[in-house]
Amino acid sequence: MALLELRDLTVTYATASGPVPAVRGVNLTVDAGQTLGLAGESGCGKSTIATSILRLLPSSATVTGQILFNGADVLTMNWGRLRAVRWAGASIVFQGALHSLNPVQRIGRQIAEPILLHEPGVSKQSAAGRVVRLLSQVGLPAARADSYPHELSGGQKQRVMIAMALACSPSLIIADEPTTALDVMIQAQVLNLITDLVRETGVGMIMISHDLSVLSATCQRLAVMYAGRIVEEGPAHEVFTAARHPYAQALSWAFPVIGDTRTRMSPRGLAGDPPDPAQLPSGCGFHPRCAVALAQCSAREMELWPAGDGRLAACVQVLNEEEGGQPARSVADENRSAGEAVA
Amino acid sequence: MSASSGTGLSGTGLSAAPAATAPVVSAADVWVRFAGRGRHGGAATAVDGVNLDIAPGEIVALVGESGCGKTTLARTILGLERPTSGQVRFAGRPLSYRSGALRAYRRQVQLVLQDPTGSLNPRHTVYEAVAEGVRIHKLDNERARVADALSRCGLRPPERFFQRYPHELSGGQRQRVVIAGALVLEPQVLVADEPVASLDASVRGEILALLLRLRRDLGLAALVVTHDLGLAWNIADRLAVMYLGRIVEVGTPEQVFAQPRHPYTKALMSVLPESPIEPIVLAGEPPDPTRIPAGCRFHPRCPELASGAAATAGVAERCTGTALPALPAAGSGTALVSCHLAATLGP
Repeated sequence: MALLELRDLTVTYATASGPVPAVRGVNLTVDAGQTLGLAGESGCGKSTIATSILRLLPSSATVTGQILFNGADVLTMNWGRLRAVRWAGASIVFQGALHSLNPVQRIGRQIAEPILLHEPGVSKQSAAGRVVRLLSQVGLPAARADSYPHELSGGQKQRVMIAMALACSPSLIIADEPTTALDVMIQAQVLNLITDLVRETGVGMIMISHDLSVLSATCQRLAVMYAGRIVEEGPAHEVFTAARHPYAQALSWAFPVIGDTRTRMSPRGLAGDPPDPAQLPSGCGFHPRCAVALAQCSAREMELWPAGDGRLAACVQVLNEEEGGQPARSVADENRSAGEAVA
Repeated sequence: MSASSGTGLSGTGLSAAPAATAPVVSAADVWVRFAGRGRHGGAATAVDGVNLDIAPGEIVALVGESGCGKTTLARTILGLERPTSGQVRFAGRPLSYRSGALRAYRRQVQLVLQDPTGSLNPRHTVYEAVAEGVRIHKLDNERARVADALSRCGLRPPERFFQRYPHELSGGQRQRVVIAGALVLEPQVLVADEPVASLDASVRGEILALLLRLRRDLGLAALVVTHDLGLAWNIADRLAVMYLGRIVEVGTPEQVFAQPRHPYTKALMSVLPESPIEPIVLAGEPPDPTRIPAGCRFHPRCPELASGAAATAGVAERCTGTALPALPAAGSGTALVSCHLAATLGP
């Protein structure tokens, strides 16, 4: 049984101007000891997925589908069960550690809080002992337990957040942009720490970021989201270095591999902007920005089709190639040749 | 440069380098100190002797960790901060800090900030945002200038954007408006502080391509302050790596990335995801500019010193005891490094 399984997860926010779909039918699986990277830009729904797993979404959100944690559906759990799953079953490391810590409480007390709440038999002394062990696990000296958040640097605060997430020995950790706003060297320290923890404790992990290169370096599998849907999924390194979906390709170019002469003096981006979730394009959500879009792309709903060994991609071009057909001519090509004919 | 080996400086001149053109903007031995505050406060030396030339039409990336002084250096070059000692020069002449002279200077050297949402007034239309500089400098043909700047930045047709407010635009469009606001004065240099850090990944490449196009079409030089080495690889002609107030290595991205010579540069590159080098993760945080270490300022974190490589080369004592002089300004094609060990290894 998978540690976490999302089945056809759909999240819609009710807003003053009507319902806004943030997540549109997502299927994902994470096994124990496995790391899954979830990539995409702001507004693509990745953080909504993270918060939906522990039912932390605001009441304006309607969630359908299933979120199976160790086989039990989080969405239909009663409050007591849900409370047990939060922290002890699965925990979240939120982005922006600077704002997630209580500024007027000592670090040690904040880390001990979930332990004292979730494990009623534990005394304050033994909780304090566990805090020291947790701090050393994330590479901080025991004396830091007496510090206030403002006395720590950004990287140290992020370590404290990870220590808190580990406090009740959960089997799943969801890390939402754990290294955004950190310097490269501090980012490397935190990523090393996370990789070591996964290896030593066998915890399952979902790591969310817009930086494919970071996810490729730390995760086994990678799912790329666009406009509320997963558009590509597969082994992380392959998705990063040889993406099949045009959007995943564009996202991987945004983080050039230094030394790759193709990207020297030629930054590559995507024309246009991410779509407004309230006004999604018809058919494939990516077609207005897609350089290889076909005429059918604006009408046809995409699904994740097999795209090679253990890989999936939601693009008709990939479907055509996998079925052995010739890659069809894109709208851009058609326009170009039409223009030539006129000229 | 054999004479330099004793001082710890080392450089390579490439014969292919073009004849030296006079820099448009340069920092000459710039120091910036901030007085300490409170009971623990000692004076902080944010910029500690920096020489940097920017040639016309050249894109220089200044990279380093937060707190290394790169933003202070950029502010000093803009005339927003006065150097404690040393000079900022524009077209060969030292900058004057009289307000009239500064105003004239800022027509030539314009700033682009990281967060376009923060740098635009939410109650000003795109037209007003871009026209502000034209009004301050009392230029003619306001409407034509604004339209031209917007269309150069890819907001076409410009009239369609005149009456829009920042909240009606996407992040990428907002950053284009900010760049148009800088461009409308026809400056010679842009100073951009993390110009794409707050933008969506797919939009990033478009804005960087815009900077390259402006350089090609208008001969615009740029100093891009960033902690993103990929950005430097994408657009920079030259790269300067800054550590604790000093430039420690400078060269073209090809020179620096293919063969980083400063242990700090090596470490920065090694921790990039997908790096072919074994990661060298430096312990600890960037050090404190109120207490710059003696000897080489990087020595407390230097992996070469810790591993004994510096001792084997016979420079360990110099690393901990002999301060390195500031690197001189280098032209394009010249690679320089400020390291006792690299000096013994030669270029």
